[in-house]
Amino acid sequence: MKGSYIEIENNSGPYRIDDIPVLPYSDFYNQTITFMRERDSIHCVAYFGIKYQNRIRIICLLADDTNGKIYGYSFIYNDNETLDSVTKVLPQMHLFEREVHENFGVRYSGHPWLKPVRYSYDRLNTDQVIENYPFYRIEGEELHEVGVGPVHAGVIEPGHFRFICHGEKVFHLEIQLGYQHRGVENLMVQSVKPLQKCILAESVAGDTVIGHTIAHAQLIESLAGIKAGSRLQIERCIALELERIAVHIGDTAALCGDVAYQLGQAVCEALRTSVINTTQLWCGNRFGKGLIRPGGSNYPLNAETAKKISEMISDTGRRFEDITERIFSLTSLMARFEDIGTVTALQAKKAGATGMAARSSGVARDIRVTHPFQYYQKVNVNTIIQQKGDVLSRALQRKEEVKESIRIINQLLVVWQENPENISKPRYDVPLKPDSFSVSLSEGWRGEICHAAFTSGDGKIMSYKIKDPSFHNWLMLALAVRNQEISDFPLCNKSFNLSYCGHDL
Amino acid sequence: MKQEIKILRQHGVQYIKDLRRQQLSPLFKGRPVISEEITEKEIASAAGVCPAGAICSKTGSLDLGKCMFCGECVFINPDKIKFTNDYRIAANRREDLIIKPGQTGEIRLSENHVRTEIRRIFRKGLKLRQVSAGGDNACEMELNAAGNVNFDMGRFGIEFTASPRHADGIVITGPVSSAMSYALKNTYDAIPEPKLIILSGTDAISGGMFAESKAIDRSFLADKKIDLYVPGNPAHPLTFINGVLDLLGIR
Repeated sequence: MKGSYIEIENNSGPYRIDDIPVLPYSDFYNQTITFMRERDSIHCVAYFGIKYQNRIRIICLLADDTNGKIYGYSFIYNDNETLDSVTKVLPQMHLFEREVHENFGVRYSGHPWLKPVRYSYDRLNTDQVIENYPFYRIEGEELHEVGVGPVHAGVIEPGHFRFICHGEKVFHLEIQLGYQHRGVENLMVQSVKPLQKCILAESVAGDTVIGHTIAHAQLIESLAGIKAGSRLQIERCIALELERIAVHIGDTAALCGDVAYQLGQAVCEALRTSVINTTQLWCGNRFGKGLIRPGGSNYPLNAETAKKISEMISDTGRRFEDITERIFSLTSLMARFEDIGTVTALQAKKAGATGMAARSSGVARDIRVTHPFQYYQKVNVNTIIQQKGDVLSRALQRKEEVKESIRIINQLLVVWQENPENISKPRYDVPLKPDSFSVSLSEGWRGEICHAAFTSGDGKIMSYKIKDPSFHNWLMLALAVRNQEISDFPLCNKSFNLSYCGHDL
Repeated sequence: MKQEIKILRQHGVQYIKDLRRQQLSPLFKGRPVISEEITEKEIASAAGVCPAGAICSKTGSLDLGKCMFCGECVFINPDKIKFTNDYRIAANRREDLIIKPGQTGEIRLSENHVRTEIRRIFRKGLKLRQVSAGGDNACEMELNAAGNVNFDMGRFGIEFTASPRHADGIVITGPVSSAMSYALKNTYDAIPEPKLIILSGTDAISGGMFAESKAIDRSFLADKKIDLYVPGNPAHPLTFINGVLDLLGIR
């Protein structure tokens, strides 16, 4: 396709900021639509504003699943200009435009509703406060609203859910977030020590430590023009797959808990413990905090730990197989999982869904395969998909992904032994190339994680953008509960297990 | 049924029998020990590398309430700073979290500072309401784990409850995001007196990496008596459970 854009690859570069074409908005609009309309293979991984030479520059990054490329292009926003919204044609862009509107005041016409996304503290209009969120309303004598949160009836993160119900039936759910906003992106720029940035990346979402720190580490490495050695790459992939296994098993426990199948819950909880305790054995932290660092590692894997990982995954895999075989054969459980919270493939595409949520609805998006990072270029990853998009599909997805991750780790452990080179200590003070940018994608257990950074003339990070898979996938949950009983909401929620802090940043 | 029995048998006993004496893996970072012989130069290097400002550049003491447990100070001074795997690091006085060079003793609660009504009323059963105020979900997951089949703090009658009206205290995680400050206060106010406050995780104790962020509002904590500080990134279930047991006076 002919167009005006820079073609880059995941986890490579650094590229010059000046090489990102600046288009007139009409061309930007047309190019975005030509790229993505009627084509599922191209999706937007980031669309955000940066302050560049005292002007607001909006940058769009599209990932092409067919050739592993990322296309970047931009436009300059002139104050008070009103732009044609892309969302009218491409609904998956709705949140991106809302975010840019909230942070930079970019005006769009034709966008259904430019509501605040997360009430970031540096938003343009501070008259808008979280207590006065403009909810969608339906008037009707037979309808009622149910408000839940921000504090929920459990030990979980805060967020507000507003249901519009007809009796027990949910007509509409609106999810309002922003309660977890801590200003991560700004701190990424303000923090002086590179180590602080690593630890911030670990706290973007504490359940996706490895996914986010890999994205961060490879971004810094790209900006510095260094590349991790094979052995280090392999270890990172092992850690990422361990994280995927742990969360998927933990979420299977939560699903069992929600339908009151206590054995399933207890067994899966214990299995998750054995996985995260192995991560603790490796690096001292059950969530892998401290394990992934740019340029090297403080905790190179040793033969003994590698053996423990190998034994643990084979044992856990076998036990998980036994319990899931039981879970998916109990009619009382299947009655709660099947045809509940269905999201179709078309809906998933329109919502811009990523990761396991998309794959459960039959949309085969997997960065490990389409834009391979670290050692995934050299190992074989089978993308697992389900067709129906209901709670059962998401539960089966987790079961199958655990099996696949175990297979991947076994492959990785073999090549790990064949690559005996030494892993150096982390390199925090590597100089970053000035006036450059790089884009880093990784596939965490939830899905596609995007970190992008821009450097100034003195090689300091001047802009840092993070996109957690939850950013898009929360809409999947809202779609899943439509026309469902409100009592099935917790089950639907657990089947996705999305991140509040990853969204709010 | 047969299959269920097989699964049960396969798993055997999962709960940790003695939560006081469970051994964690050697690399787990718990109570630090700083050598008395640490030099000024070494202190400066450790303070220089610390991402959280937890190491005092004058005295060389390490504040567990600020520490992110990354271990970088150990990597550059392996002979002078160590993290032991002693997970019993909860304290009820903020200053007890500051570990000075040469200090090798265990961290225990200051008995004189435990409010008498806590032990009188809550010893046989403690219901806690948890509020995540900017927590990254690791701390929340560890608190959930404290009640799971492995750690099972329910055996002591300690549980999390859904309604603040049923709770005896609040457990706060996260640095307290501005957006949550109102809901946090509201939840706290809804808990009947007497009630206790527990801060779990470094973020909650000091704001951690977010202490300087403009998106944080910690004013709620300013005038509150904190009954228990549970350090960690995130706080380990054993750190939390042992801290609460000590607070309640359960041996």
